[in-house]
Amino acid sequence: MALLKIENLSMRYHTLEGETPALNNLNFEVNSGEFVSIVGPSGCGKSTLLSLIAGLIHPSEGKILLNNKEIQNPCNECSKIGYMLQKDHLFEWRTIYKNITLGLEIQGKLSSENIQRVDYMIKKYGLENFKNYYPQQLSGGMRQRVALIRTLAVNPEILLLDEPFSALDYQTRLAVSDEIYKIIKDEGKTAVMVTHDISEAIAIADRVIILTKRPAEIKDILNINLSIENRTPLKSREAPEFRHYFNAIWKELDVHVE
Amino acid sequence: MLNNNLSKEHQIFLKRVKRRKNLIVLTQIIILLVFFIQWELTARYKLVDPFLVSQPSRMFKFLVKLYGEGMLFRHIFVTCYETIVGFLLGTVIGTLISIILWWSDFICKVLDPYLVVLNALPKIALGPILIFWIGNGQPAIIMMALMISLIVTIISVLSGFKEVDDDKIKLIKTLGGNKFQILKYVVLPASIPTMISALKINVGLSWVGVIVGEFLVAKEGLGFLIVFGGQVAQLDMVMVSILILSIAAYLMYEAVTALERRYIKYRS
Ligand SMILES: Nc1ncnc2c1ncn2[C@@H]1O[C@H](COP(=O)(O)OP(=O)(O)OP(=O)(O)O)[C@@H](O)[C@H]1O
Ligand SMILES: [Mg+2]
Repeated sequence: MALLKIENLSMRYHTLEGETPALNNLNFEVNSGEFVSIVGPSGCGKSTLLSLIAGLIHPSEGKILLNNKEIQNPCNECSKIGYMLQKDHLFEWRTIYKNITLGLEIQGKLSSENIQRVDYMIKKYGLENFKNYYPQQLSGGMRQRVALIRTLAVNPEILLLDEPFSALDYQTRLAVSDEIYKIIKDEGKTAVMVTHDISEAIAIADRVIILTKRPAEIKDILNINLSIENRTPLKSREAPEFRHYFNAIWKELDVHVE
Repeated sequence: MLNNNLSKEHQIFLKRVKRRKNLIVLTQIIILLVFFIQWELTARYKLVDPFLVSQPSRMFKFLVKLYGEGMLFRHIFVTCYETIVGFLLGTVIGTLISIILWWSDFICKVLDPYLVVLNALPKIALGPILIFWIGNGQPAIIMMALMISLIVTIISVLSGFKEVDDDKIKLIKTLGGNKFQILKYVVLPASIPTMISALKINVGLSWVGVIVGEFLVAKEGLGFLIVFGGQVAQLDMVMVSILILSIAAYLMYEAVTALERRYIKYRS
């Protein structure tokens, strides 16, 4: 079943310097429980697409439907959408625990039921001992995990991830993407992740949407089928089909160095 | 790290750091002592004119006399009171106005040129008008201190507000936060360091405002003693007042620094 539907979506930015078309007539669906990644050349409009889905900005044309309900700006469905930014943006003046419960506090949902759920996640994902630490006492990978739990604390139906690992060094990045993938699958969430790392997109996703240069249009959508059991992003990289997908996407992205 | 099993090398290092620190304090004290002793001696042996530069022993006598009259602490209290009130008002009102300007970009853009002009204007020039408008009493002095610190506070706090990372604001928006929550959860807490440095500048500026105010209108306070001492050619009075003023200003600055340290400690 389609959880998220994007219909004829176009976006243009207006500034004094002129008009910038960012997205041009996008159509796609994301099914419940799916992990979709979106790749595209830098500056093509990937972050714009996520901001639109999150209801942070208003589209020039087209509609976004979540459970068949149109998303508006300012966002009406905020609590159903979790947005994870490139950097963790943990607030250094709040403890880890207070950072995690930020969303619940803002949405006025600090009920004992929600707090119990958060406490359970904190224990389950190994943050119990760090609850009262401040963010600057944690490593980059750990901070990203906290950011994910903060996003999950409000119990969203769909997660939007905007290059969530790009601030991490390569090794941490591999480990953290494995970890975050597991958490998202454990919690049974649907996810849309933007990246410009082709391997990362294939390793983590059920489907990869490839965008053209700005203004972004959909160039192709690839279903990723890997002959591997108990799939994780790290194991996926060893699948025999991996290279094949990599080459396909590489060709579609049509990368030149100018 | 445990403190009880330090290596020999590290102990020597710590000792050296400590010795250096002590040496610095010692030198500072020696400079102060030498300064006052040479002042006393050169004045006593008439190498300099004690009428023009006063003399530590005469200053001390004056201090005792002032204390005997029960006026010493009265003058100190009056001036400190005016400074603290002026400085707190400047900080609070300045922050409130900054919040309004942050909230409404329209108001901010409209008021921008006026702020620039007011900032450039030497506020002391408004002294005579102040006296006409609110009388020549303590309120005029506090007003003077307030005026001097207000515009600077607004400008520095507002620029602190505007420097807050846009992505942090975006984060609050993705969690469904409104403008008030953006202010409460991000903008204000993220600007605390800026506000503390505004506080530090304000302490200094409020002293300037209060002393200028007292020069113009006061009947008591350290600024009054300085002006009055000058008028009756009592340099002892002037020098003592300046000395007390320096100590009081220093202490107040240290108080704000202590506040800053406490804040930094809580942050790390
Ligand atoms: N608020 C804005 N006003 C005007 N133009 C904008 C705005 N935000 C983005 N743009 C422009 O829209 C285009 C798409 O931006 P966007 O950030 O969505 O791209 P992106 O694919 O996420 O890029 P990157 O790979 O660098 O993350 C860019 O050319 C950018 O300059
Ligand atoms: Mg982007």
